[in-house]
This record gives sequence, structure tokens and C-alpha cells, in this order.
Amino acid sequence: MSKTVPVAIGAIGGVGLVAQSCKDKGEMVSLLSPDGELVQVEKSSMLPVTPAEARKGIPGKQFVMVIDLARCRNARKCVTKCQKMHDLPPEDEWIKVFLMQDSNDTAPYWFPKPCFHCNQPPCVKVCPVGATYKRTDGLVLIDNERCIGCKFCMTACPYSSRVFQWKEPEETKFADRAYSPETSTPHKVGTVGKCDFCADMARQGKLPDCVTGCPNGVIFFGDKNEDIVSNGTESFRFSELIYDRAGYHFMAELGTQPNVYYLPPVDRLFDYEKGFSTLTDEQKGFYKKSIVKKH
Amino acid sequence: MKLDQKSSKMLAYFTSQMVKISKPGMVWLAIAFVFILGGLYALIVQIIEGHIVTGMRDNVVWGIFIANFIFFIGISYAGALISGILHLLRVEWRTPIIRIAEIITVISTLIGPAYILLCMGRLDRLHHLALFGRIQSPIIWDVLAITTYLIGSIIFLYLASIRDLAALRDYPFKSKWRNKVYKILAVDFNGTPKQNRYLDRSLDIMSAIIIPLAVLVHSVLAWIFGMTLRPGWHSTIFAPYFVIAAVFSGTGVLIIAMWVFRKYYKLESYITKIHFNYLGIILMILGALYAYFTFSEYLTSWYGSETWEMEVLYKLFNPNEYWWWFFFAAIIGVVLPIIVILIPKFRNINSITAVSAIAVLALWVKRYLIIIPTLEAPLLPLQDMRPEYIHYTPTLIEWLLTFAGVALFCMLFFLFSKFLPILPVVKADEGNYAQLRKTAMKRVIKRKVKETEKKESEKIKDL
Repeated sequence: MSKTVPVAIGAIGGVGLVAQSCKDKGEMVSLLSPDGELVQVEKSSMLPVTPAEARKGIPGKQFVMVIDLARCRNARKCVTKCQKMHDLPPEDEWIKVFLMQDSNDTAPYWFPKPCFHCNQPPCVKVCPVGATYKRTDGLVLIDNERCIGCKFCMTACPYSSRVFQWKEPEETKFADRAYSPETSTPHKVGTVGKCDFCADMARQGKLPDCVTGCPNGVIFFGDKNEDIVSNGTESFRFSELIYDRAGYHFMAELGTQPNVYYLPPVDRLFDYEKGFSTLTDEQKGFYKKSIVKKH
Repeated sequence: MKLDQKSSKMLAYFTSQMVKISKPGMVWLAIAFVFILGGLYALIVQIIEGHIVTGMRDNVVWGIFIANFIFFIGISYAGALISGILHLLRVEWRTPIIRIAEIITVISTLIGPAYILLCMGRLDRLHHLALFGRIQSPIIWDVLAITTYLIGSIIFLYLASIRDLAALRDYPFKSKWRNKVYKILAVDFNGTPKQNRYLDRSLDIMSAIIIPLAVLVHSVLAWIFGMTLRPGWHSTIFAPYFVIAAVFSGTGVLIIAMWVFRKYYKLESYITKIHFNYLGIILMILGALYAYFTFSEYLTSWYGSETWEMEVLYKLFNPNEYWWWFFFAAIIGVVLPIIVILIPKFRNINSITAVSAIAVLALWVKRYLIIIPTLEAPLLPLQDMRPEYIHYTPTLIEWLLTFAGVALFCMLFFLFSKFLPILPVVKADEGNYAQLRKTAMKRVIKRKVKETEKKESEKIKDL
């Protein structure tokens, strides 16, 4: 193993880099240093963390997400921001917004759903090669350099959180970047992808893009050990927020123990009908049909 | 090796058949070859373009490839259970059909796992199973179980063929390569009493091993589905349900194969109506068991009326979705065989074969219905704009690969019948073996009696 020497060499596209001294000479990439000088860096040294570190997790952290359903109006900014961040095509959504209605008499509500990063993850259990794994900081990540594409994790996940790369990805943005399970990019054909809680951002102490992208502050992200969650503008004590607002787990009966909590859609800021304004007529019809079909 | 008159007559007949391929045989071989070429084309397209060429998408991530996989592993039960159990029970009439049954097992266990490989996104990383394999994953259970089963089945088929291989070794073929190959495979077997005893002992042990192994293979297969939190899959009876379905389809394929080879090689005097009747009755009993499992599975989930379970049932019982397929797979494909075989008036060689074919087809459809409707009914609502993500339709590529598998099965079967007689030619001399055992037992008893007599006489002396 090569030793990691943290040397700040610059930033491209807002991504901080940590250089890593590598013995074997690989492909070289040109970078602009903070002093305005062009430096040659090995491609493999652009990894934010070593693969071994990416499997371990950030020490002392226990990441948690709280989603306030009372604030969501299906602005879908979390979806598009996430797609931009992870270089996903418009049809691949790692965070999805569902229209839910629990029974005929209850009110419909919008339901943003990332990966739940369960503490008892069914996907990790079934993976034959350990390509998807649970970290000490609570994150469930995928190593797309190990994944064999059997899709067992996709059938095992009860929350439909996983998407498959059915064809060679057409992205270019991160093509030069060395792959890391923390950035989940660049995508690899024939492997599985999903919400990674923006692990690379968390390492820098930043909030995930779905949190900062949301115009209504629906999504809170934070550390359970510090007992703080934030949506970028407001911060709460996690335990108090969950206690006061009756936070709950979605489908807790499955025993997966998610790390994503929901606050029930009471005293809503918006009528759910408002959420249709961002949609085309076709989409509207579709959502309504899927709600009717459920009952 | 010495052969009796009947065996040498049979050997002469089969060897004359083995060295030539008749016209209809050539036609069949050509058709199978065309289908295999079609499959090769589809395989190349899938490797180049990626899995996008299949009908599988993010919700239905497993399609007919997995249905084919279960199907082929299912029919492999023909040899494992039928000939294994019949062997252990010393059923007299099994002799002419065991070879056919065992070949089905080996070929289908070879073809089945190929479909798992077709379903894998990164075939180039297959070695990761060895490098990073985790015993917690049911896929690893499957890999271990199927490889063990395949090796066991090959050993079983080989042991059961040694007598014939020895006879073929001593047969003067025109082309010398055959004798050379048979010589290697026959491992100096000459039918001496000792060799016979060892061979019979090994066959007994192998058939006792192969039965639990076969049960295990299909249980593990069922657990791939049963271990997930999916409606229609997460069921405790899935393992026995799969096992029964597998024996059912295995028996069906065995009957079809018997019919085909009986016609093609004119084996009417060896494979008789009795064989079809007996196997038909086994098929009927298995069909009834299978129907019982089906009924209890769907009744339980319907009566419980859980939302997610109901969504799958709604798909199965909705005439616009899968009802007619379900009707065929779970009702026609089971009830029809039972009625036709149950009523003696309807029962003849052709009708038993026809209902076996229906049952086998129905079981393929049932496997499709186990996989696809469940995946089309995830726990969260399917709010997707893309129709192909909501409803799965197999593409031409998937069909081509499916038919290629069936064609490959038929072709390998046919070619195998050109290498070994499709019926065992040299009969295992079980009568003789029993005689040997009897004399051995007598000797032991005599010795014991002598020993006790000696002891008693010594006692008397002491007194």
C-alpha cells in the first residue's frame, strides 16, 4: 500500500483533491494549482480516499437524514441536483419523489426517497462478493469495481433504491476522475448504482446536494453522534426534532432499521396539488393513476 | 468382457445405430444448429451492446433468463430423483430408462447455469466470486450446491455407464478412435465378481448422495427468492414447492425423451407401455402434490389480504395481465395430466407424452409467473414514465438465447446417444450379486456356529 500524503494541490469544479503518492506510474492529468501553475498529477492520485478507507467509513460519525414531509411540494430540485452531482442521465433518479396516499380517506402527500442506508441492509446481506457494504459511519456504499452485476441486491432492496447501468454510460463530465465508492463516479456499465449520501461531501464536512438543492428545506442531514441535523439554513437537535415532530421510519415493520427518518405531513406548507405544477400533463395523469390503482 | 446373448444382440444393434446419423436425424441436427447459431448471434449482440438489448429494466431486473435457469435445473431432477430413487428401491422396470434420465440430468445441469451467466452484468468479473465470495449470500450457496451436484451427477452417469463402456471397448468398431476413447473410459473393467461388487456398492452410495444433493440444489434456488422481502417470494414453503415442481417437470421431460428415442431408435420392445404407465402415475402423483402446494401458497396470501401480496395476486388473477398464463400454468398444466393419466381409457403412450409436454411447458410459464409479476409489483408504487420499466416484455435477443438453450439441450442429447447406447446394454447382474452375498453370509454363519461350538466344547472340558 502506498502512503497517503495529504497535499492540497487545487480545486477543479469545486472538488477538493488530496494527492496520494503512488509508486507505479499511471496516466497523468493536468491540474491548475491555487498559485495558478499547471501541475501534472497521476490519475490514480486524484482519489479522494484510498479504496480501503472508502470501505471503512469516517471515524466517529453516524450519518442520519430527516425528511420533513410537511414541507415538500415536489419541486424536484433534489432530484435534478443529485443527477448533476452524480452525472446521472435525466431518467436515472437516485432520489425519487413519490406521490403517496395511505388509504382512500387520507390525504395524498409527496414523498422524497433516497437510499435509506439501513442498519440491517438486505442488499448487503445478499451480495455475493461484498461489492455493496456497510460502513462504520452508517453508510451503505457500492464498489463498482467489484460488482459483478448479478442484481440480487436490487431484488433484495424493498425500497427500490437501486438502479442498474444497462448500457455504457454516456457521461463525459467525470470520465477522467478515478473511481471511488464515495463519489460513485464515473459510472460503469453492468453495475449497480444508488444514493451514496454524498459520502465525498460528508468527508469535507459539507451537506449532500439534495439537501442544499431543496428550495423548501425539506431534507435535513447530520450526525447522530453530534445529535445535530441541518438543511443548510436551519439546524435542529436530531433527538428533539424526532421526538417533537413524531419522526418515524418508513415501513419499519420490514426490520431494516433505516437511517432516514420521516416527519409526518401535518400542518403542511403547501397543498399537495401544488406539486403537480412542475409536471407535464402526462406525468400528472400517471401519478393519479398509480394512486387510484393502489386501492 | 463376456456378454450374454441378449446383451450382445443389443450391443450390435446400438453400435450400428451409433456410427450413422439417419436423414431425419440430420434434419433435426441442422434445425438445432440454426437455433444455436441464432443464440450465438444474440450472445454477441448482448456482449457488445450491454444488457440494454434485453427487456430487463430497473424493476424487473431478472427476466426469462432466470426462468430458464430454474427450468433447466428443474428438469435435471429426472436423473437425480427418478433414477436415484428407483435405483435405491431396486425397481425392476427402471433399467431401460435410467440412462436417458441420467443424461437429462447432466446436460440440463450444464445448460441451466449458463443463463445465470447471461443475466450477469459483468461476466468479466466472474472470478470475483472466488476472490471475494461471501458465504452469507444465497448466490454463493447456489454456486457451491450446483457445482457439487453437477460433479455428482457426472460421476453417477459415469459409474452407471462403465459396464457399457467396457462392452464397447471390446466391440470391433471400424473407426479406431472410438475403441481408444472407450478403453480409457472403461478403466479395465472386465465384469469380475469383485469389480461388479465394487461398482454396485459405488452406485448405491452415489444414488444415496445424489438425492439429498438434488433436494438441496433446488431448495437453495428457491431461497434466492425466498430470502428477499418481496411479496410472492418471501414464503416459507418455497423450497419444498420448488423441489416438487422440479421433480414434476423432470418426470415430464423424461417421458418426452423416452417417446422421442423410442421412435427414433425403434426401441418399442425395450421401452414399453408399462414404462409410460408407471412414469405417468409418478407424474400424476407429483402433479397432485404440486397442485396442493400451489393452492396452499396462493390461498394463504389471498386470505391474508396483505396489500403487497394482493398486488401480486391482482396481477396474476387479472385477465388483462397474467390470468390466462396463470390459468394455463397452474390449472390446465396440472389438472389435464392428472385427468388423462387417472382415467385408464385415456391412458396410452401418446396421450401420456402429450400431457407431459403440456406439463413441462406449463412449468416453464409458472417459473415466468414466479419471477416477473413479483418484480413488477415492488413495495413502493411504480411511478415511472417509461412503459418498459413498468411492464416486462422479453426481447428477441432473450428469446433467441432461450431457444438456443433448448436446441443445445436436444443436440447434446442426440450426440450423446451416438456415443453411448441410449439404453444400458449390459445388465447389472443383480441376481448373481445377491447369490454371492448369500453364500458369503452362509460362510459367516458357518464360521460363527463353529466358533460357538468350539467355545462350548471348551467349557465342557473345563467342567
